[in-house]
Amino acid sequence: MRFFIFCLALFFAALAPRSAPAQPGKVQEVVLDNGLKVLLLESHKSPSVTFQIWYRVGSRNEQDGKSGLSHFLEHMMFKGTDKIAPEEYPRVIAKNGGRSNAFTSSDHTVYFATMSREKIGIAIEMEADRMANARLDGGYFEQEKKVIMEERRLRTEDNPVSALAEVTGAVAYTVHPYRRPVIGWMGDIQSLSREDLQKHYQTYYAPNNAFIVMVGDFSTDEILEKIRAAFGGIPRGPEPPKVEVQEPPQRGERRVSLKKEAELPFLLFYYHAPNLKHPDSFALDLLATILAGGRSSRLYQDLVYQKRIARSVDADYGGLAADATVFSVTAEVMPDKEPLDVERAIGSLLGRVRAEPVSERELEKAKNQIEAAFIFGQDSVFGQAMRVGQYESVAGWRHLEEYIAGIRKVTAADVLRVAKQYLDPDRRTVGTLFPIKEKKQ
Amino acid sequence: MKKFFIALFCLSLVGFGAAASEARLTPARSVLENGLVLLASEERGLPMVTFNLLIRAGSRYDPQGREGLANLTARLLTYGTRSRTALQISETLDFIGATLSAGAGEELASVNLTLLKKDLDVGLNLLAEILTASVFPAEEIGRQKQSVIAAIRAREQEPGSIAQRKFHEALFPQSPYGRPVEGDEKGVARIGRTELVEFYQRYYRPDRAILAVVGDVSHQELKDKLTQALRSWQRGAGAREEAPRVSAGPATVIRIQKNLTQANIVIGHEGVTRGHPDYYVIQVMNYILGGGGFSSRLMDSVRNERGLAYSVYSSFDADKHVGTFQVAMQTKNESAEEAIRIAAEEIRRIREKGVSEDELQAAKDYLIGSFPLRFDTNRRLASFFAQVEFFELGSDYPERYPDLVRAIRREDVLRAAQRYLQPEKLIVVVVANQEKSQPKQ
Repeated sequence: MRFFIFCLALFFAALAPRSAPAQPGKVQEVVLDNGLKVLLLESHKSPSVTFQIWYRVGSRNEQDGKSGLSHFLEHMMFKGTDKIAPEEYPRVIAKNGGRSNAFTSSDHTVYFATMSREKIGIAIEMEADRMANARLDGGYFEQEKKVIMEERRLRTEDNPVSALAEVTGAVAYTVHPYRRPVIGWMGDIQSLSREDLQKHYQTYYAPNNAFIVMVGDFSTDEILEKIRAAFGGIPRGPEPPKVEVQEPPQRGERRVSLKKEAELPFLLFYYHAPNLKHPDSFALDLLATILAGGRSSRLYQDLVYQKRIARSVDADYGGLAADATVFSVTAEVMPDKEPLDVERAIGSLLGRVRAEPVSERELEKAKNQIEAAFIFGQDSVFGQAMRVGQYESVAGWRHLEEYIAGIRKVTAADVLRVAKQYLDPDRRTVGTLFPIKEKKQ
Repeated sequence: MKKFFIALFCLSLVGFGAAASEARLTPARSVLENGLVLLASEERGLPMVTFNLLIRAGSRYDPQGREGLANLTARLLTYGTRSRTALQISETLDFIGATLSAGAGEELASVNLTLLKKDLDVGLNLLAEILTASVFPAEEIGRQKQSVIAAIRAREQEPGSIAQRKFHEALFPQSPYGRPVEGDEKGVARIGRTELVEFYQRYYRPDRAILAVVGDVSHQELKDKLTQALRSWQRGAGAREEAPRVSAGPATVIRIQKNLTQANIVIGHEGVTRGHPDYYVIQVMNYILGGGGFSSRLMDSVRNERGLAYSVYSSFDADKHVGTFQVAMQTKNESAEEAIRIAAEEIRRIREKGVSEDELQAAKDYLIGSFPLRFDTNRRLASFFAQVEFFELGSDYPERYPDLVRAIRREDVLRAAQRYLQPEKLIVVVVANQEKSQPKQ
């Protein structure tokens, strides 16, 4: 998250909830001798090409006291190599008509550039260079630490809803590293050292711990040649340590409250759920759509439209995660309404979806929504590359090809069963933002 | 949200150039009998169609004392027509997985629709209904007013949004361009059904509208279907509109107290309109100053050298009748004064010393080279076509753009910096914890 353009990436991801190749089998997979996997998907509808490199490292791979390390490293990857001066990377890309950036999540760190077919080789070469030769220049370390602290102030400290999500996540998980924020706790960021970064870089930045995704207007043979030439000579690294922490089952609801200067209360429910490798993932996606997909969805109709107690609602199944994840339900409370009333209304709706099967028409509607979004998602090369990368990162990109068929197979009984199993109040964490009045100076 | 609207125009209009003669950037154009301008481009790669309708019905047409009317009108378009209730509209859209949204900016209202090709007729009929037969049911008006008021409250918890609002108020006092599009709570509460219906009947007219369509459909098919579906949509009275007179407010410093960890800073003054002859040289100058992301001077001096901010940029947002110049950044309260001083220093430096040949070339290379890549989705193409039409840039605009940029010389940039950056007119807005952010006496 080097820059606020990250919002754009989120936006694309949101626009492209299910992007994938139009016909299965169009993604070409090649693994280089050094273990670097390359996933290529030609798409000639526009002249752009997106190049992304995904490192299998994120906050999930961090230790207590060192949170934010992966993200900090992502920033420092822009501080040059022996060939490229500090901060020169984005300038070179821009001079060649391209856009570039990077982001870090719990599971991965991704660097990307979107350029024309003629120019994309420049990004490939520079990316290979910094996989092997990043200097992580100490002369820039302290300034960049300040930048990251400003980033945290911007994203979390002064953003009440983000602050709520952070503290609720820290309670929903007790031992799994997903309890730590990707950007890191402020105290941890402050105490990270350049040696920490170097060690992290040496441990995780190797071809066998990364993969490349490219989507766009290129020819597969031509681009593979470029990738081999640039990355082929980088030696395989030692296997990075595995994360084997398992979150123990939750027995009993947990509650978190955050009191902070804000205008509107906000509610956040986290229910533990498996990731998309589990066969229930399709039914969980449909459940989220039935609850909050569009203005005719259950939560929207009841809370926003009929009762007018919420300004907005959402439900999201976070299946695209390397480990067990959460199904979340959120609501922004209308002015002068009580969070408790909103919580009760949500509880009663979730109770219903756990007690009675959804109608065939409602199920069909949700399937249509997911299928249409899947097609709309292919409109953007960046969005498509994101989705291929997310699937590869979690379960292997081939899962994408089974996605629509998997959705189509789900029955009303399946939705009822997963609702019963996962939307269990004893397995949830409820976070509430209680706005407080501005303290006068 | 309103400033985003302008920002979108600029984002897409700044970056034209390069392979402009491409057919995909030149839509087929026709004017229907009722005056509606139709721009269509076939993109057969995916079975989807995207509509972008712009209509001259923005908040600048709000009557005095009824600020927020244009916004409320746009929002209510999808909440009831002669033949469908709000819920029926939502059900219809959700069942086919289509997305439909309507909103207003200062100059224009817009309607966006994306659907699968197989649902084209359903979508066209619905689009025609909301444009010709919206009924503004009393109950829905109440609902939307509540929702807008909640939005007005919610923006008070977004420091960046407060800073933008205060900046625009000070820059364009007593003008619709200085007001938030949503209006204020009192004004919104006063709006009645009669006013909504009048606004709709007066401004939602085909001869005030531009419809851009990109996707799996031909120009002829669209033209036939729209002529049929919109046959009852009649031209308006057609009275000639006076261009609004806008006079900029004087230099001032505005401090807003909020218990934040960061100061949200906006510094700026009046800019130029989109039609201004110096528009392109100004965009090149601004790219170097602060518009060029990681390639800009502000990014270098504020972020990279001093670690004062995560995000810092400058922009010349140019709309039909007004334009703004601003620098926006966030930094911890304690460094607010330093960040403002450095931004002012960069403004002074570019006015006094101009730019180097390398900087100029890098800016031109980016602006020209990135052009064809910017329109890499149907939605962006549709939005681009509609804007080219609205700003009367001409169908050969994509071909002319690279030359317009290429012709710019260093002395032009210096002249533009001296003329269009006006340090003596700067309005400074600081939303912060004032006790910490103000200079010590």
